[in-house]
Amino acid sequence: MTWQLDHIILSLVIILALGAITVKDLLGAAILFGAYSFMMCLLWAIMGAVDVAFTEASVGAGVSTVFFVAAVFRTTRRTKD
Amino acid sequence: MKIAGLIVVLLCGCLLIYGTVDFPEWGDPASPASTHVSPYYIETTMEDTSVPNIVTAVLADYRGYDTMFETIVIFCAGIACIFLLRTYTHQAPETRLYRHIPTGIILRIKKGGKLPEDSTDFERVDLQWVPYDLIIKTACRVVVPFVQLFALYVIAHGHHSPGGGFQGGVILGATLILYAISHDLRTTIKRMSEKAVILLSAAGVFIYASTGALCLLFGVNYLDYSGLAAILGVDPVSARSHGILIVEIGVGVAVMAVMVSLYYNLSSVGKQDEGL
Amino acid sequence: MNDLVAVLISKYNYWVYIILMMIGFYAIITKKNLVKKIIGMNIVQTAIILFYISIGAKKGATLPIISHGHDAVGHAVHASDYINPLPHVLMLTAIVVAVATLGVALALAIKIYRQYNTLEEDEIHTRIREQ
Repeated sequence: MTWQLDHIILSLVIILALGAITVKDLLGAAILFGAYSFMMCLLWAIMGAVDVAFTEASVGAGVSTVFFVAAVFRTTRRTKD
Repeated sequence: MKIAGLIVVLLCGCLLIYGTVDFPEWGDPASPASTHVSPYYIETTMEDTSVPNIVTAVLADYRGYDTMFETIVIFCAGIACIFLLRTYTHQAPETRLYRHIPTGIILRIKKGGKLPEDSTDFERVDLQWVPYDLIIKTACRVVVPFVQLFALYVIAHGHHSPGGGFQGGVILGATLILYAISHDLRTTIKRMSEKAVILLSAAGVFIYASTGALCLLFGVNYLDYSGLAAILGVDPVSARSHGILIVEIGVGVAVMAVMVSLYYNLSSVGKQDEGL
Repeated sequence: MNDLVAVLISKYNYWVYIILMMIGFYAIITKKNLVKKIIGMNIVQTAIILFYISIGAKKGATLPIISHGHDAVGHAVHASDYINPLPHVLMLTAIVVAVATLGVALALAIKIYRQYNTLEEDEIHTRIREQ
């Protein structure tokens, strides 16, 4: 069971990373990056790195998304690429 | 430009793939990374420090220097953000919005108008329109203390379960950020002023460094917590466990303060007046 | 042929880290928006962390928390029973440092936006030349 889950999450990670850099809206990119971080956190939990997964869940999916949203709120959502 | 970038990236990828072919198989117990120093950590952690979570023991005890300077890096990042963004020339915004609490009517007061600062019937709202939402405010106010309690548990229970200073500190900072998002930035700054945040971030680093210096006074190496046995009144092995706890508290305080400080400055562009 | 397939399957974590690293590099090099560049930088960081955690993985081993550590009967601890904790320690601090540097990078981006009123790299260049 574990390796199927592993493969699904690994492909989701790649799709989300591609989405985060291609989407033409910075707020959307920030949210996609948060989802990417959370998938990474699941991957590390599968590999047994519980401390790293815990840190990534609170830092990557939580605080850094808030920072991105705050920065986009104070600058602009518009992007050309 | 895009083609050139793609070529460079593909070249890098080919080099990385070429390097990866020589790697040991995934999960190989005899790979070089798991044969030299890590068996020592795994096998002697219990005898040396009586901490079951090996990651915490290595983080705060065996590799204490590393963690101390990582904490200093985080502290420096907080200070750098303040230097970049903070504006101390106080100029109040020309127009302000006030909400009359009993009726919910919002007043726009232009420059020169009389501000109802001392009236309890009015509360100031941000210029960029934020909807008044009783449910979100109440729910966040109920949730915040429990999340903070959980953060303290994560810091204190890092010896036996996943957790420690970094995770707990980030969760503690996230509760204050949640409070700032659900209410507004001014309410949070009233609870936890900018000065307190900067002092706490320095105090966290100071707790860590001074614990190490205290060990020097008892004739052992810097950050060798077994020297603390004399003050704590326990045997040297338990003293290392308690020393890890003290250091984790320092890390947690520093990380919490830096996260909150970064949020204050990023969301208000250094004015610390009207936030997200 | 079978060898190649075996190599591909046995190291799939490493291929994913290479792909993620390439995505991140591509974003840093070709994207013109500063926030997109910062997202690319973060993707490279997480790719490196994935690489380290993959190094630390061990087949047939469990989490690096010693079970029955405080029992009265002392259990012998074997290194092959627990995942290598060293990469976890290094990467745990790296994640928190990554978010602190992310804060500084976003502060720089906000500062540039206040100065030039744009986040696009080429527009910033033309505005610097105009001055």
